[in-house]
Amino acid sequence: MTSLLRREDVAHVAKLARLSLSEEELELYTEQLGQILEHANDMSTLQLDDVAPTAHPFGLINVVRDDIVRPSLSRDVVLAMAPDAEDGRFAVPRIMGEAP
Amino acid sequence: MTLPGSWEMVVGLEVHTELKTATKMFCGCANHFGAEPNTNVCPVCLGLPGSLPVLNERAVELAMAIGIALHSTIAPSTFHRKNYFYPDMPKDFQISQYDLPINSGGYLDLPDGSRVTIERAHLEEDTGKSTHLGGSGRIHGADRSLVDYNRSGVPLVEIVSGPDIRSSAQARAYASELRGILIATGASDGRMEEGSMRIDANVSVRKANEPFGTRCEIKNLNSLRSLHRAIDYEALRQVEVIEDGGVIRQETRHWDENLGVTSTMRTKEEAEDYRYFREPDLVDLAPEQAWQDRIRLALPAMPAERRTTLQARLSAPTPAQLDAVEVVIDLNLERFVNAAIDATIDPVLALARAANELAGGLEGIENLTIEAFCATLHMEQSGQLSATQAKTVLGELLAHGGDPSAIASAKGFEQLSSDSLGSTVETLIAENPDEWSRYREGDEKLAQFFIGQVMKLTKGQANGKAVIAELQSRR
Repeated sequence: MTSLLRREDVAHVAKLARLSLSEEELELYTEQLGQILEHANDMSTLQLDDVAPTAHPFGLINVVRDDIVRPSLSRDVVLAMAPDAEDGRFAVPRIMGEAP
Repeated sequence: MTLPGSWEMVVGLEVHTELKTATKMFCGCANHFGAEPNTNVCPVCLGLPGSLPVLNERAVELAMAIGIALHSTIAPSTFHRKNYFYPDMPKDFQISQYDLPINSGGYLDLPDGSRVTIERAHLEEDTGKSTHLGGSGRIHGADRSLVDYNRSGVPLVEIVSGPDIRSSAQARAYASELRGILIATGASDGRMEEGSMRIDANVSVRKANEPFGTRCEIKNLNSLRSLHRAIDYEALRQVEVIEDGGVIRQETRHWDENLGVTSTMRTKEEAEDYRYFREPDLVDLAPEQAWQDRIRLALPAMPAERRTTLQARLSAPTPAQLDAVEVVIDLNLERFVNAAIDATIDPVLALARAANELAGGLEGIENLTIEAFCATLHMEQSGQLSATQAKTVLGELLAHGGDPSAIASAKGFEQLSSDSLGSTVETLIAENPDEWSRYREGDEKLAQFFIGQVMKLTKGQANGKAVIAELQSRR
C-alpha cells in the first residue's frame, strides 16, 4: 500500500518544511500520504491520450494589472506584526550563512 | 590572465536584473530603491495569508523586450514556487519560472566578434534585504539580523548564458554588452553598485577539447571588476587543485572582494531541495503575436547597431576613436555627436568633446542642450574659441546650463568675429609689407610672425588656425 512513499521520504519532506515529527507521527503520515498518492496514481490508469494537459481549471491566460502604484501599508502597522523591530526593520535571530 | 599549460576555463553567467517598473511584480507597492525601510510593503509582498498576486503587465513587456533584444523565442510560460526558508523571504517561497520560461534560446554578439548563446531569460521576484548585526558587526554584542522588505517582490529577469565563455575578459565584455542592452531596452538602469544587476558565475576548467569539468558557482558578484577577478581566481584555484591530484566538488562559493578569494558556501550534498511546484494563484502567461510585435516595434536600436552607425560617420577611425565611440554609446551620448555632425562639426571633434568633456561631466548632462553643445563646438571650429576655452564653456554648461556665447563673454573669452580678425590681419599686412611679401613667396615661417602680432593686438584671444586661414585667403 505504501510502496509509493517511504518513511525516509516523509522524514525528508518534514525536514524541508521545518516540521518536527515524532516516530508515531512519521508512521501515521507515511501511511496517510501514501494513500493519497495511491489515489492520485489511479489517474495514470486512465486513457488520457486525447486530453490536452490542463494547467489551471479556469482556462484563463495573461491576467495582468497596470503598472500603477497603490498605497502600501503604514510602517507602524507592518512592524507591529514583526516579532521585534529595530531601525524601522524586522529584527530576527542572527542569520547564519547566505540565502540559498 | 591565461591559465597554465593547456588548461582552459569554461564559464557561464547568470545575470539578475531588476526591472525598471513603477510597481513590484505582483502588487502595487512602489519599486523604488533607497526608500525608508519597510515603507513599500503590503499584504502581498509580505506574504500575509489570503493575499493574492497579480502580474505586472509592464514587467512582462520588459521581459519580452529583453528576450527580443537577445534573439530569444517568446513562448507560453508558467510560474512556480521555489520553496525555502530564509528571513528575507516572508512567504517562504519565491515565485519564479521553472521549466517553462518566457524567453528561451537566443544569443548575444560581443564587440570582439564572439557569440555567447543565451539559454533562457525568465521572470522572478526579488527578495528582501537583510543586514547582519553582532559578531564583528556594527552593534557590539547584538546578535540579530534586520530585514527590510521594500525589495521583496521587485521584478527581476534572470538571463542565463550557455557555457560559452572562455576568459574573464570575455565574461566582462559579455556582462558589459548585456548591461548596455538592458539600459537600451529601458528594462534596467544597469546600476550594479545599487544591486540592480547582480551576477552569478559558473566556472569550470578542462584541457582543450576535453569534456567539461565539474563546475563551481560563485554567487552575487556585483561589479564588473569583481566578476573579472573572481573568475580568474576560481579557474586558477581549480587548476591547482587538479594538478595537485585533487578533485573539484560541485559547490556554491562566495567571493570575498577584500581578500580576493572564493570560499565554500555549501556543497552539492547540502544543496536545497526547493520542492518546485506550480504557483496556483497565477495563470499561464502566453503573450500573443500582436503583443510581441508591439514590443518588437517599439524597441530602439541596440548598442551594437548604434556603434556601427556612429563608426560609419568617421572616415577612417583610429583605435582611440573607436574607443571613444564605445564610451559615447555606453553613456548614451550619441545624440550630441550625431546632432553636431549634422550641424557640420568635424566628427572627430564632436566625438572627442562627447567622449571626454561630456563623459566627465555626466552628472550635469541634463543641463546641457544639444543646441548649446553644437553652438560651442561651432565657436571652437570657427576659431572664436580655443580648445581650452571651448572645454571651459562646456564645463560651465554642464554645471549650470546657459547660453554658450554669454558664458564665453562672461569668462572674458571675447569673441573675435571673423570680421574683426580679418581687419586686424589687413592692418598687419599693411604695416609689414616685407614680411607679407616673403610669406606670399612661400616662407611659411612668417605665418608665426603674423600670428604673434595678432595675438599681441588681441591680447591672446585669437585662434592660430583662424589667423592662418585669414592669411591664406589673402595670399
